[in-house]
Amino acid sequence: MSTSEHIVTSFDEELNGLSQKIAEMGGLAEQAVSDSVAALVERDVGKAQRVIADDERIDVLQRQVEESAVLMIARRQPMARDLREIMASIHIANDLERVGDLAKNTAKRVIAIEANFGSQRLVAGVEHMAELSLNQLKNVLDAFASRDLEAALTVWQRDDEVDAMYTSLFRELLTYMMEDPRNITFCTHLLFCAKNIERIGDHATNIAETLHYLITGSPLTEVRPKKDTTSLTSVAYKQS
Amino acid sequence: MNDASLAIANASAATPIAPPQELAGRSPAKVKAEKVNVFYGQKQALFDVSLDITERSVTALIGPSGCGKSTFIRCINRMNDTIEGCRVTGLITLDGSDIHDPALDVVELRARVGMVFQKPNPFPKSIFENVAFGPRIHGLSRSKADLEEIVVNSLKRASLFDEVKDRLAEPGTGLSGGQQQRLCIARAIAVSPEVILMDEPCSALDPIATARIEELIDELKTNFTIIIVTHSMQQAARVSEQTAFFHLGVIVETGATEQIFTNPRDKRTQDYITGRFG
Repeated sequence: MSTSEHIVTSFDEELNGLSQKIAEMGGLAEQAVSDSVAALVERDVGKAQRVIADDERIDVLQRQVEESAVLMIARRQPMARDLREIMASIHIANDLERVGDLAKNTAKRVIAIEANFGSQRLVAGVEHMAELSLNQLKNVLDAFASRDLEAALTVWQRDDEVDAMYTSLFRELLTYMMEDPRNITFCTHLLFCAKNIERIGDHATNIAETLHYLITGSPLTEVRPKKDTTSLTSVAYKQS
Repeated sequence: MNDASLAIANASAATPIAPPQELAGRSPAKVKAEKVNVFYGQKQALFDVSLDITERSVTALIGPSGCGKSTFIRCINRMNDTIEGCRVTGLITLDGSDIHDPALDVVELRARVGMVFQKPNPFPKSIFENVAFGPRIHGLSRSKADLEEIVVNSLKRASLFDEVKDRLAEPGTGLSGGQQQRLCIARAIAVSPEVILMDEPCSALDPIATARIEELIDELKTNFTIIIVTHSMQQAARVSEQTAFFHLGVIVETGATEQIFTNPRDKRTQDYITGRFG
């Protein structure tokens, strides 16, 4: 999205093509995340299977973005903002491909725990987390579409909400597992689902950082607020 | 006057070169231009151009045709003096001394500031004579052996020696374009200049010959201050440490080459290097 057009119009067409592919990937990734969580909440194995099958399309798009980016670098020797557009596309496509994979992983777990379903309340916690993550993803994709720096920075600042929720859910799941070992299978799968969703939030902030580089030309070097403390968390096991 | 005869004129008549020895207190800028204006008759070609050229590094001048890049580098060795009706105002210093100082010998200046042109322009003489001409008339060699050493060394530093060592007596004009350009570079460095001006040195060369010249520029910058005018943005990005972007006779932006090509500050620079001008 540049202020004026290139003398060589096919260059503009190629750059727009890249942005369109990223937009398409973004739409598919959002859909995959929301469907995978819906499959979890509704215990819908059929929906989970569709999420797994549809991930292929995201992978294909990612390869296409990469191929056209490489070709453009070879053919156009892009400079300045053009170069940053192309590098950003490669990075964002990678992030979105990973988001697709994480949604697919959640979907696989829905199939795995079908016979062993536990508390709906815990699932609701994951669902709520997913809403926040999805919102982050949606906002950062909108920021990409409009090359909006402010909106990107807002996403970047807000990842701590997802992190904080993940930390509290993590504690809760550990407690459940200690209460009754029969919960372990379900809770472990759910924990990984929550982790997937937390990672999706991280990819959204990655995209926000990439956008910052794309728009300003300099990397975002400030330290981001972090509230994911699960790597430091333990819950004491009380023997009675 | 064409380029070849100009180069001869530059090289003629001589005083031994005495570059200033004291390094203390010297500014890091080898060449400094301050508010330089150039007029060709009524037409003004440069407007208040100020630029510092860092010593022992490569500075690239880029910009669309007619923007004043060549006019600017021709100021640095006072080549514009040879153009009828051309007037230069402002201050240009080499190692802190004004190059327009009436006490300064222009011929000495041109020995200190060598030049390589767009089209290779070897003298219609042997390869050996092309390189030996400058040192001989400048009295840089005491004996025949001395002169031979200078010629061989210059050809080696220009990465040409191995290709021509068996035919030094053959005419320089019989070499390929790329070899001729390296011969011109050997000729320029034979008089031990401090600054080398290159006006689109690769525009008449194929990619292989261009790569050789670029490799050579990389080696030469450890000893020489190089200023290169180029229309190839990629070349400027590859070979230079500093880049100045000229447009309509003014310097729009100068800076570290990597900054200019990844994150230019001025919209005109951005538009030019990304191919959006017009």
